[in-house]
Amino acid sequence: MRYLYVLPLVCFMVLAGFLLVGLNRDPHEVPSPLINKAAPAFTLPQLKDPAKTFSAQEMRGKVWILNVWASWCVTCRDEHPLLIEYAKTGAVPIYGLNYKDVRDDALAWLGELGDPYVLSVADLDGRVAIDYGVYGAPETYLIDQSGTIRFKQIGPVTPDVWSKQVLPLVQDLNRQGSK
Amino acid sequence: MKTLLFVCVVILSLGATVVAWDVRPASGDDPVVEKRLMNLSKELRCLVCQNETLADSQAGLAEDLRREIREQIKAGKSDKEIISFLTQRYGQFILYRPQVTPTTYLLWFGPFAGLIGGLLVLFLFIRYHRDSVKEQPLSSEDRRRAAELLASDSRREKA
Repeated sequence: MRYLYVLPLVCFMVLAGFLLVGLNRDPHEVPSPLINKAAPAFTLPQLKDPAKTFSAQEMRGKVWILNVWASWCVTCRDEHPLLIEYAKTGAVPIYGLNYKDVRDDALAWLGELGDPYVLSVADLDGRVAIDYGVYGAPETYLIDQSGTIRFKQIGPVTPDVWSKQVLPLVQDLNRQGSK
Repeated sequence: MKTLLFVCVVILSLGATVVAWDVRPASGDDPVVEKRLMNLSKELRCLVCQNETLADSQAGLAEDLRREIREQIKAGKSDKEIISFLTQRYGQFILYRPQVTPTTYLLWFGPFAGLIGGLLVLFLFIRYHRDSVKEQPLSSEDRRRAAELLASDSRREKA
């Protein structure tokens, strides 16, 4: 009872602690409920050759990355040279989901800035993106051999995220897969 | 002064015209479907502009999600099915009113717990201090002085 007078101070400190943590968190990073769930199936026309399709099911048995991008997306432009670097290392194949874009704009974009993608598919009306819980581009999914989403990056895959989160996970998955 | 007032009124009325937009129901659509869509999307968050409901948002994603919901309503899905479709993809965050689950107990019941805790502290505090205040009954000397003072007072009044 004697130290009761410090109680308001303690309460304030706890509240301030929570608020401090909250300040340093990005409210736009909404944790995806799809982590460790099956990647939604899709079959979409390929961007460069709409007569051909690509479906997520074709990637069974491989670890791969699905990167959501669009020519209208400013952050994607920042991320693009990084993706080209990552693709060069050949660590993991990167596929593109061209999100609500105009085909000609998207092709011009790849022509101008280079194409890090094995191939891109065109999601013109954003339906597949809804299935993947996309709410802003760029977003990146790492999908394992069994077609399970293992990791999602909201916003650009920075070199830090790539080397500390994506690559170790890819190596881990490949090791497990080869057993 | 009058010009300033006039300018203020003009600016304010301009502001009013800017914010006075609404979700345009696609013409020729079933009003029953549109009404359900409106009611549902008032309960859902737009993930692009997070403090807006899906009903208010003009973001591209919000339009896509409204289209998705409209189609599902037309396909005969129940509100519950539509909401679970969305939470499976976007998580609980899409619900404007968080569900009551163990992770949100603090959010839902925290304020009430705080109120009860505060009342408890107040109660204990009062009880503690009531004991520390000692009653000091008047001594016979005090009573005599009080009576004297009262007597002198009433005498003056009579005079």
